[in-house]
Amino acid sequence: MGGYLPAAPEERARQYEALGLSGPRALYRDVPDQVYLDAPLDLPAPKSELEARQSLEHLAAQNVRFPTILRGAGAYDHYIPAAVSAIAAKEEFVTAYTPYQAEISQGVLQSIFEFQTMICELTGMDAANASVYDGASAAAEGVAMCRDRKRTKAIVSGAVHPDVIATIRTYCFGADTEVVVTTVKEGRTDLTGLVDDQTACVYIQQPNFYGLLEDGAALAAAAHAGGAKLIAGVNPITLGVLESPAAWGADIAVGEGQPLGLPLSWGGPYLGFMATTQAMMRKLPGRIVGQTADAQGRRAFVLTMQAREQHIRREKASSNVCSNEALCALTASVYLSMMGPGGLRQVGEQCFAKAHYLADALCALPGVRLRHPGPFFHEFVTDLPASADVLAGLEARGILGGLPLEGGLLWCVTEKQTREELDKAVSIVKEVLGIWN
Amino acid sequence: MELIFERSRPGRGSDLLPPLDVPECPVPAQFARKQAPRLPEIGESDLSRHYQALARRAFGVCDGFYPLGSCTMKYNPKLGEAAAALPGFTGIHPLQPAHTVKGCQLVMAQAEYALCRITGMDRMTLQPAAGAHGEFAGLLLIKAYHRHRGDKARTVILVPDSAHGTNPASAAMAGFTVRNLPSTAEGLVDLEALKAACGPDTAGLMLTNPNTVGLFERDILEITKIVHGAGGLVYYDGANLNAVMGVARPGDMGFDVCHLNLHKTFATPHGGGGPGSGPVGCKEFLAPFLPGSALCGNGGDHSIGQVRAFHANFLVVVKALAYLMRLGSTGPAEAARGAVLNANYLKHKLEEAGYASAFPGLCMHEFVLTLEALKKETGVSALDVAKAMLDDGIHPPTMYFPLIVHEALMFEPTETETPETLDQAAQVMADILRRAKEDPESLHAAPHTTVVGRPDETAAARHPVVRYVFPEE
Repeated sequence: MGGYLPAAPEERARQYEALGLSGPRALYRDVPDQVYLDAPLDLPAPKSELEARQSLEHLAAQNVRFPTILRGAGAYDHYIPAAVSAIAAKEEFVTAYTPYQAEISQGVLQSIFEFQTMICELTGMDAANASVYDGASAAAEGVAMCRDRKRTKAIVSGAVHPDVIATIRTYCFGADTEVVVTTVKEGRTDLTGLVDDQTACVYIQQPNFYGLLEDGAALAAAAHAGGAKLIAGVNPITLGVLESPAAWGADIAVGEGQPLGLPLSWGGPYLGFMATTQAMMRKLPGRIVGQTADAQGRRAFVLTMQAREQHIRREKASSNVCSNEALCALTASVYLSMMGPGGLRQVGEQCFAKAHYLADALCALPGVRLRHPGPFFHEFVTDLPASADVLAGLEARGILGGLPLEGGLLWCVTEKQTREELDKAVSIVKEVLGIWN
Repeated sequence: MELIFERSRPGRGSDLLPPLDVPECPVPAQFARKQAPRLPEIGESDLSRHYQALARRAFGVCDGFYPLGSCTMKYNPKLGEAAAALPGFTGIHPLQPAHTVKGCQLVMAQAEYALCRITGMDRMTLQPAAGAHGEFAGLLLIKAYHRHRGDKARTVILVPDSAHGTNPASAAMAGFTVRNLPSTAEGLVDLEALKAACGPDTAGLMLTNPNTVGLFERDILEITKIVHGAGGLVYYDGANLNAVMGVARPGDMGFDVCHLNLHKTFATPHGGGGPGSGPVGCKEFLAPFLPGSALCGNGGDHSIGQVRAFHANFLVVVKALAYLMRLGSTGPAEAARGAVLNANYLKHKLEEAGYASAFPGLCMHEFVLTLEALKKETGVSALDVAKAMLDDGIHPPTMYFPLIVHEALMFEPTETETPETLDQAAQVMADILRRAKEDPESLHAAPHTTVVGRPDETAAARHPVVRYVFPEE
């Protein structure tokens, strides 16, 4: 009954008897009377499963689900192959604990080892961890990896996702590290004159918050010239077609893994990934799976380099992270395996082409223009009149339009949207703006 | 078994997308990738078998008894999974306009309300993604509170020596100095040591109650009074709330801020290590410091900022809300009593079987055995016993924690186990104890029936191989 207790009341009574106890109050004899609750909590009565299910379905039904989503800004509406959700729902994966007991956890450990390998392949790096909470906390942990007694400043590009900048600031408030946010020039990072001998790291995002492609190699060179590390926040869905961060000089690559098969889910759970070079591998926070062998020489996987972690090092640990997003990492691995290198490239190419198709069509309308010059990936900002009316017009026809941003709109297109949907969106914008040609 | 990369063959895969229906538009050469990532090329049927083989090599709560101390491996009701899979939740963009996400907002509000009632706190944020993440956020509330009052001298967080490793690690991340407090021989906070440690540099005390040896701190009202008297705040680590939910509330005990683990106490699954959710509750005077989001808003006037993007691990909150609805006003206490009853029942059975408890008498939801004497007598360690349990299909208890107990094994059976499961586990433990005395070698070599034996952890750490090495490398 209540509390999912499997034992019948009579069986529990026999357990009390076996212990020689009169009842619950005797179990809690160390709890002082002043704090012992002898009445039910001020909450609704317990619900049957049927009632609870109906309540939850009713809550879900109060949300508006947009058939067409042209909004990204850190959360992306990609196609999720049927096998991905089915495999990630296997009860053995869903209900397992962290694989500390390696002998009965080879399945979870191997799945993480495979995930680490895939993240290394995407980013071009030598080592990856088993995941952290999300892209924003991965960014903040990346900054923490670069902490240095002599270098106490972190430079963060102003063209980074606002939630990521704020998360880095919060972690740095904890560590008393100074955060300097760069100015943004035509939508891109302006590092001019900022990197000095106090700078521990420079954090940039590729593609950046406005969807634009940064000159990663130039920014990495500028960071390195000042003796600082370059941390790249990357969108993994782009890495089938865009050059890897390692190739253009990043020391650490982090990012939000949500585009890799995780539903939008109003913002979580998502997946933070972190990868780095051989040289910085032991600075990675959190769990890492390594390959080894048992006494018979059979290949085996274990959680490794645990001397970095909180349960061993306590206040001297490189991070406090304990639980991570293992099941989301497994989901991303299944997604990447389903897509393969060809499928991932196809997704990237379609995102790129479709976003440019929509941008061209919108900017062909009088009064609508791209805010920033130069190449973008699958997001772009338009300046247009009456953006609130445009969004309302789109919403009425089942389309979530671009994110309102300083008077403009930040649009996103993925492989999921058809040409028909994009044409429909453009025609609604035309209608709202009163363009009749 | 093979790695997925070893199953890969060039040219295999699945057709998942229709052809491009807009004009082609190539990525500029300057940004284009020169070498494709070596992702697996594999058909869906092989992929399905690969992951089924991995699932067989995993051990979930669905596979057997999981008395892992401090982790609350209770049954994860399927209602939560069903609710979290509703398209009305999974298909919602985090930056949709407010009037289109009323359902999500109600889920958050209802979960916050219930968790406030259960903890006796005034406010709750669901933003942190895990327990340690919540600790970090909660400690930043304490830091911001003292700073806001202009009191920069309070730089020390007191942590009992029995605490979870995350406590000192989180305090260090929040920029505090950690001062360890010794426990009494009874396993409780030493009041005299606490008084001596408190002073004008005390920012706060972090405490788990019941504590990590499974005992309720019976002097809790005195403890919180001492810390408050010195000008510090008291932080409740909610890892062990399962023992007392609905029975006693941290807010009534004098705690100012707490975190909860929805993936322990509130029955959401652990997922092989996550995702979890670590809400933070606080008293009203700390509300101005609560986190918000740069894009989503909702921060207090003097907010600490944010610890992750967007709102929360939302689907985990949905699962917890499903559980909270089922439990309602009376279920939390029923669950807690069931957990404490089962723990005492198993403790009693194991003591009858000849095991030594680290602390005598009644326990809360978990208890600690010490195998120190057994090790001296037979050479069989806590690790050996744990590994032998694997052969009997039981997930071992937490080993070598807390640090203040030698050869520790910490059991937490939870309320979702029947008496016969506990009886069978006690029988398995009795057999292992007999073998320890008759044939210790067989235990040193355990486990015998798993797909691999004990892996060489030293070699793994000394020469780390953390990604697959492709044949061409």
